[in-house]
Amino acid sequence: MIDAFLIALQTILTGTHLLYLSGGVLLGLAIGIFPGLGGIAGLSLLLPFLFGMEPVSALAMLIGLVAVIPTSDTFTSVLMGIPGSSGSQATVLDGFPMAKKGQAARALSAAFSASLFGGLFGALVLTLFVLIARPVILAFGSAELFMLTLLGLSMVGVLAGNSLIKGLSACGIGLLFGSIGGAPATGEYRMSFDNSYLMDGIPLVVVGLGIFAIPEIIDLLRQNRPIAEASKLGSGWVEGITDLVRNKWLAIRCAIIGCIVGALPGLGGSVVDWIAYGHAVQTSKDKSEFGKGDVRGVLAPESSNNAKEGGGLIPTLLFGIPGSGSMAVFLGGMVLIGLEPGPAMVSTDLDITYTIVWSLAMANVIGAGACLILSKWVAKLTTIPYALMAPFMIMVICFAAFQATRDLGDLMALLGIGLLGILMKRFGWPRPAFLIGFVLAGGMETYLYQAVQFDGWGFLLKPGVIIIGIMTAVSIYFAARHASKSDDTSDAESAEKDNLTQTQAKAQHSIRPQVIFAAAVCLTFAYGLYDSLQQSFLGGVFTAGLSGLMLILSSIVLYKLVTNKFDDPVNFDNEIVAGYKGDQSVASLMHYIYWLVGLILGCFVLGYLISISLFFIAFLVLKARTSFIKTASLTMSAVLFLSVLSHVMVLDLPRGLLQDLVQLPWPIG
Amino acid sequence: MSYQLKKQSITRLMQGIITGASIVLATLSVPAQATDFSGKRVEWIVPFKEGGGSDTWARFYAPMISKNLPGEPVVVVKNIPGGGSTKGANQFQRRAKNNGLNVLGTSGSTQFPYLLGDRRVKYEYQDWHAVLATPTGGVFYVNADLGINSAQDLVKLRNQELKYGSQGATSLDLVPLLALDMLDIDVKAIFGMKGRGAGRLAFERGEVNIDYQTSAAYLKKVTPLVKEGKAVPIMTWGILAEDGSLQRDPTFPDLPHFAEVYEMIHGEAPSGTDFKVWKAFFVAGFAAQKGIFLPKGTSEEVIETWQNAIAKTVESDEFKSRSEKVLGLYPQAIYGDATSAFNTALSISDADKEWVRSWLTEKYNVRF
Repeated sequence: MIDAFLIALQTILTGTHLLYLSGGVLLGLAIGIFPGLGGIAGLSLLLPFLFGMEPVSALAMLIGLVAVIPTSDTFTSVLMGIPGSSGSQATVLDGFPMAKKGQAARALSAAFSASLFGGLFGALVLTLFVLIARPVILAFGSAELFMLTLLGLSMVGVLAGNSLIKGLSACGIGLLFGSIGGAPATGEYRMSFDNSYLMDGIPLVVVGLGIFAIPEIIDLLRQNRPIAEASKLGSGWVEGITDLVRNKWLAIRCAIIGCIVGALPGLGGSVVDWIAYGHAVQTSKDKSEFGKGDVRGVLAPESSNNAKEGGGLIPTLLFGIPGSGSMAVFLGGMVLIGLEPGPAMVSTDLDITYTIVWSLAMANVIGAGACLILSKWVAKLTTIPYALMAPFMIMVICFAAFQATRDLGDLMALLGIGLLGILMKRFGWPRPAFLIGFVLAGGMETYLYQAVQFDGWGFLLKPGVIIIGIMTAVSIYFAARHASKSDDTSDAESAEKDNLTQTQAKAQHSIRPQVIFAAAVCLTFAYGLYDSLQQSFLGGVFTAGLSGLMLILSSIVLYKLVTNKFDDPVNFDNEIVAGYKGDQSVASLMHYIYWLVGLILGCFVLGYLISISLFFIAFLVLKARTSFIKTASLTMSAVLFLSVLSHVMVLDLPRGLLQDLVQLPWPIG
Repeated sequence: MSYQLKKQSITRLMQGIITGASIVLATLSVPAQATDFSGKRVEWIVPFKEGGGSDTWARFYAPMISKNLPGEPVVVVKNIPGGGSTKGANQFQRRAKNNGLNVLGTSGSTQFPYLLGDRRVKYEYQDWHAVLATPTGGVFYVNADLGINSAQDLVKLRNQELKYGSQGATSLDLVPLLALDMLDIDVKAIFGMKGRGAGRLAFERGEVNIDYQTSAAYLKKVTPLVKEGKAVPIMTWGILAEDGSLQRDPTFPDLPHFAEVYEMIHGEAPSGTDFKVWKAFFVAGFAAQKGIFLPKGTSEEVIETWQNAIAKTVESDEFKSRSEKVLGLYPQAIYGDATSAFNTALSISDADKEWVRSWLTEKYNVRF
């Protein structure tokens, strides 16, 4: 083992290794900053160069590329509220509100220093963990993985916001949406309306973009102001690092969570950031600022998601089972280089494993360091007038969504989920709860079914299952304590003052829109129940149970609303609470939805490139009121950027009816 | 029936050899090639995600083919995943240009829905021109605790509870599931596995007690288990000989192939509809697992250009030194052999198709 240590150390400290590693990192940074692309597109760029390269150097480049993605995608998460990849969804929750408060630089530097720390600490843990990883991974069977999904679900308790029952219902919608498509046990298509796009299920990337980014864009457009005021933009550079030092124990715990959960094949990295975020909320004394810009909400997911990449290496190297999309790419690259993963990676090839693990840590240092230096300047993006930013952001979001499966259905799903997100935001149905449900749905059903098939219901008595079960119970206990505490304190003091006025304000306005939305949710569950009854027993039992339970919960919400319980926490309408209603300076909610719908319909007819150009021109002229020359140059540069990007990365842009009918020249054809 | 099949494949093979030979002659006599791809870009559609087996296979081949095509065009891999690989294939059928700059790489997962008449399939293999077929093999192994040492003892498994982790009854797992059914061995298939790797992990955890892996994965990841005494190899699916019969897999000469095992257990060589169906799916899933296709209406000249480029690639030193690690030891089928391999794989009679569909519906509740 000492030998392997020394050999690996020697390898990673050579000049060429560092050079190639930095090359990979820079490439990864350049791509990763663009949401939706991530390491997968980077591989297409990198692979031709890997041929003929020395395996160790090629490996270094590959690692550099993979390692830096969860770091660089933080930029869009914090600055624009666009989750750059599935690993940075939880970062949006507090990162973006911080940016809105003018603390973008602080949020970014906290995020990057947490990434850096998480990556390094993760490597340290992995150095030892890799030696015992094989039995640990083998101990986590379907039964234990199922229990882990339950542990993940218990985080809904702390993310539910004001009304637990609404939080659970929102989570239920997520679970139901996550079970669209082929049933794991039988392959039957559920809730797919015979549509080939829905048969594959809605991609997580599209859901993340739709549920978080679209509502924020619409909201900022309506208020027509920059994300942050320039006068308030502090440098915050040192502050972010101080934040990390102050919360070092939280960061350490989250890095460990990231390592271990990331190393379990099957659950994938997408839940890690949520578990870390939930953990941060549960263990904090003052929870009132979470979701409104608490720096701990940035530190927790960021310190876990870089450690997660390291953890994800373990099943990839030891079993050849990639835990995430970027690990699949890494695995493919390894095979092409001529390295075959397997048990030998912890015996004869241990030095290669250490080289990989430590290279990952080095790549983190280089990547997070570069981002940290950049963050001060990049933060200034938040002061650009939003009408100028918006078309670019919408362009990026549509492009990113389309890369999920390269189908026009991606854009349609983006619009649909976006509308759902807008309504959930407006009526106070917690979107993180929805997303957790969505992320966990597939794993939860698959592992439950498999566990029952493997061991019968006796799986509940396995020691691992019981341990995770106790952890889940503790997690629920913390959530319940949190709920009752917030009832005591915040309600007692502040509510007393506000209650009178707020109840009056709430009562004055119609709650009909809320009632309609709640009724639609009930109907969705009713349809889910109906659909599940059309399936065979194994194909429908999960959605049937889920829909039945959720139908009851959402009916309670509906009942409370219909019976005019104004002071109940289920009653929430952001239009009223934020004072949009009656405010002449705020555009109506539907206004910008029409813009979005117009763009997506345009894509269906004219194709993406033509449609987005028209959108740019119309939006810039009518909304941003830019001059003719500025409009033309902004539109041109956007189109040029898209064309070059899609050509170099061998990506299609969405084609419309026009392109199917007429042969058009590149790039619009 | 099987005699007829044999005869058919022999005729096809002869045709293949003749076309192959004539092409070689043709290229020898006409050294200057008319087709030139200089400065062009070849788009190779792979209907799977980045990083998977088919993607790796394509990315392994792409740069070498690039060097051997006239004018050395850049060959880029374009992943269009979705619909269990039907989406990319449909798109290729609909949009591909027949100028030699658009090719498709398919896999068993593309062939199977076509054979089963999946409603998502809008592509027609008969329209396309195969220029390469990449074979692989499969090894079936069991947990050592079941107490059997070889295929001879398979009958002993009949009264034991056997569990198999599967991706789905219509996936490549159809081949092992049908094989065990033909041996009258009852298996409980547990679906929802994310890949063969997940199935193997479930085997290592002891959650399932039988499994199969393709050759490359078996060599790297199951052999250690065999050495530790945890797994026992039982049989291979075999390989397809030139006369269309099953032969032992040269990578595992000590293991009997499926037809041998069938004979051991039933006392007679397999024949009849079930074996015909099994063989069609075996060829489509293993013997001709992956292939490169040119679209409908491609000119003879372009097809020849591609055939030659593939042949040169497969003959090159670079390929020979690297292919074993990525593709295994199986000889790549080129020229007429590629065409005939896919002909054998993809010509299934309507009656046979009906048979397998109703078998899947009865046994695994698959709805078409």
